[in-house]
Amino acid sequence: MELTGAQALIKSLEQQGVDTIFGLPGGAILPVYDPLIDSSIRHILVRHEQGAGHMAEGYALATGRPGVAMVTSGPGATNIVTPIGNAHMDSTPLVVVTGQVASAAIGTDAFQECDITGITMGITKHNFLVKSAQEIPRAVAAAFHLATTGRPGPVLIDVPKDIAQSMMDWWYPSSVDEYDLPGYHPEVALDEDAVARAIALIEESERPVLYVGGGTLKSRASKELLAFAERTKMPVVTTLMARGAFPDSHDQHLGMPGMHGMYGAVTAIQKSDLLISLGARFDDRVTGKIPAFAPHAKIIHVDIDRAEFNKVRFADVAIQSSVAPVLRAWDSASATPRNLDVWWKEIRSWQEHYPLYYEEPAAEGPLRPQHVIEAIGASASPGTIVSSGVGQHQMWASQYWKFEEPGTWINSGGAGTMGFGVPAAIGAKVGRPDRTVWCIDGDGCFQMTAQELVTARAEGIPIKVAILNNAYLGMVRQWQEMFYDERYSEVYLSADLPDYVKWAEAMGCVGLRATNLQQMHEVIKEANTINDVPVVIDFRTDSSEKVFPMVAAGASNDDIQVHPSLKGGAK
Amino acid sequence: MTAPEPFLGVIDRTPVRHHILSVLVENKAGVLARIAGLFARRGFNIYSLAVAPAESNARFSRVTIVVDAESAPLEQIVGQLDKLVNVVAISDLSPKDALERELLLATIKTDVDNRTSLLDTIATAGAAIVDVDTKSVTVMLAATPKGCDDLEKALEAFSEVELHRTGRVALPRLGKTANTY
Repeated sequence: MELTGAQALIKSLEQQGVDTIFGLPGGAILPVYDPLIDSSIRHILVRHEQGAGHMAEGYALATGRPGVAMVTSGPGATNIVTPIGNAHMDSTPLVVVTGQVASAAIGTDAFQECDITGITMGITKHNFLVKSAQEIPRAVAAAFHLATTGRPGPVLIDVPKDIAQSMMDWWYPSSVDEYDLPGYHPEVALDEDAVARAIALIEESERPVLYVGGGTLKSRASKELLAFAERTKMPVVTTLMARGAFPDSHDQHLGMPGMHGMYGAVTAIQKSDLLISLGARFDDRVTGKIPAFAPHAKIIHVDIDRAEFNKVRFADVAIQSSVAPVLRAWDSASATPRNLDVWWKEIRSWQEHYPLYYEEPAAEGPLRPQHVIEAIGASASPGTIVSSGVGQHQMWASQYWKFEEPGTWINSGGAGTMGFGVPAAIGAKVGRPDRTVWCIDGDGCFQMTAQELVTARAEGIPIKVAILNNAYLGMVRQWQEMFYDERYSEVYLSADLPDYVKWAEAMGCVGLRATNLQQMHEVIKEANTINDVPVVIDFRTDSSEKVFPMVAAGASNDDIQVHPSLKGGAK
Repeated sequence: MTAPEPFLGVIDRTPVRHHILSVLVENKAGVLARIAGLFARRGFNIYSLAVAPAESNARFSRVTIVVDAESAPLEQIVGQLDKLVNVVAISDLSPKDALERELLLATIKTDVDNRTSLLDTIATAGAAIVDVDTKSVTVMLAATPKGCDDLEKALEAFSEVELHRTGRVALPRLGKTANTY
C-alpha cells in the first residue's frame, strides 16, 4: 500500500492506539494535518503550543498512557520546549511531533527553521530527525517504546515537510527487534542478592520509613505498596510526585516530606535508621541540606534508572528495578522490621504537636487559601482529579487535598513550571472525561496560560478552575518577606486587574467570585452543578498567608519552621 | 575593582584520577553532540576524545573518552552515558590496566643553527620524520601520552612549532579486562 509520509505518520499513531492529539498546525506540519481529517484520532486545537504540551502531560499523568502533541517548526517547536523540559524532569511519557522545513532547506536558516532536535537533546529521553518517509513507522513505534518503558520520558519526532509529502510503502514494525535500538535495554533482571541484602537491613531496622516517589506511580505499584506497608506496619511518606500513591486517609501515611512537608514526615525521615526509597531521587526539595539529611539512616534505593544511585546520597543497597517486583519479592520473603511500637509513639507525638495549621478565616474575608481548598475537597466527588500551577497554591493543594488513588494529582514537580495547571487540567479531563477535574491555581500562574480555557470551551471540556487570588506572586512574596527583609520586589499583581470573572466570561466560561465565607460556599456549590462548560472562580485570599511548615532553602530538615502559632506545639 | 582574568586553560595531561571510557555508539547524526552535551550539562570533564568507525562495521563508531573521575564519580558518568539511546556499550579501563597510545604530528621551523639539536630531540623521542624541506621538518610520534607530553615539552625549545595531537585510544593490557556496562 502506497502512502504519503504524512498518512503513514497518522496511521502509525493509530497503530499505537492514540485517541487524542493536542496541537496547532502551521506551514511545515501542514501535510500531516490533511490526513488527520480522515482519522479516528481526536485533535484538540490549542491556542498556544505550550498548552498542547501541558495538555499532553495532564493526559498522560491522569491516564498512565503517553500524551501526544503535534506542532509546526520554528516557533511552534520552541513554544513546546517548556512542556518537554517539564515532562523530562517529571519522567512523564510524551510523544511530540514537530514539523521541520524541507530536507534541502535544513541548515540554510529557512523560514521557520530551528534545530529542534539540537535544542531538545538535553531535555528529551531521545529524539529523531526523520530522513525518509519509509522510516516513519519505525520512528513512531520506537518513540512510543522509548517514552513508555524503563524510566518514562518525552520523545520528539522531527518530520521535514518533503518527507511528509513523499511516498512510502506501508509497513509497521511487528516487534521491538525492528525498532533499531541496539543501545536500549530497559528490562533488567532483579538482582536477588541486592534484594536479600535489603531484607537484612529491613529486619534489623527499628525506625524505618518508606520514602515513596513518583516512580511508584509510574510502575503502578500502589497495590503492592499498600500490602507491604500494612504487613510491615512501616510509616509511609509520599513526595510531591507521588501524592495519591498511598491513601491520605491511611493512618500509616505521614504525608509529604520536604521543604513544605508535614512535620511528622520530615522529622520521621530525619530520625529514621532505614530509609527505603521507592522510585524517588533525593531531590533537593526533599533533602534540604544534604549532609544533614537523615543522618542516621541506612539507605535502600530502588529505582529503574541506575544513574540515580549514589548521585545525591550513598545507597547502602541499590536495586535497579521498577518498584512493584521489589515489593513483591520482599513480601514473599516476609521481610519484617523489628517491633515499631516505640517508633510509632514518637511519630504520633510529632504529628500531634505539629499538625497542619492555619488561622480561622473571618466571616467577611479575606478567605484563607487552605480553607478554600478544604471546602472544595469536602464537596468534591470521590476520584476527583486536581491539577495545579506552581507556587504557594500548589503546596497548599498538596497539603490540604486528600489524595486517595493514583492519577488524581497532576502537577509540575521537578521543573516548577508556572502556568501548568489550566492546560494540564484540560488534558486530564480529556483523558478521564468520567472524572471531575479541578485546577487549583494561583493568580500569577493563571495569567500565563489562561487562554487555553478558550480551547476547553470550544472543545467541550468542562474543567473547574479555582484561582486563589492573593494579588501577588505569592511564593516569591513569601521568600521576600522571610529572607529579604520584607523588601517586595516586583511581586504585586493586583487582585482586580485583570477582572477574572469578565475574562472567564469572554472565554465562554462561567465566571464566579467569592470574597467572604458565605460566597465561598455558594460559588463552590454552584460550580459543582455546572458540567457543560468550564467554570472559573476568583477566590479573594489573604496575601499575607504563608506556606508552613517550611525548611529554608539549603537549611537542614532539623530546622523546619512550623506555623508561628504552633511554636511550642499545638494548643 | 578589576575584571577577573580570562580563562586561558590549564592542561593537566595526566589527571590523578582519569579513566578511559571506550564507548560504542550508533553511527548516526548528532551522536557526538549528544555525548558532548551530556558531559557539558552534567559538569563532567573530558581530557581527550577520539572518534572513528568501529571495526569494519559502518553501523557503529567507537568513541574513546578520557574522563576526569574527580569532576564526578565514574559510576555517575557511566550511568548517565548509558542512558543515551545511541550508546550501545561502554567499557571502562583504569589507566594501570590500559595500553594507551596517542599520535602527535609537529612541524618545526629549522635552520642551520638549530637543526642538529632538533634532530637530537626527534631521535631521543623515537619520533619519525615524515616530511622535510629546506626550512621545516614534520615529525610523527605514536607513543604513550607521557611520551607525547615529553616530546611536546622538548619542542618548546624551538621558536616556531605547529603541533597537533589526536587524543588517546586504548585497549586492555593482555591478561586484563575492561569493566563493561
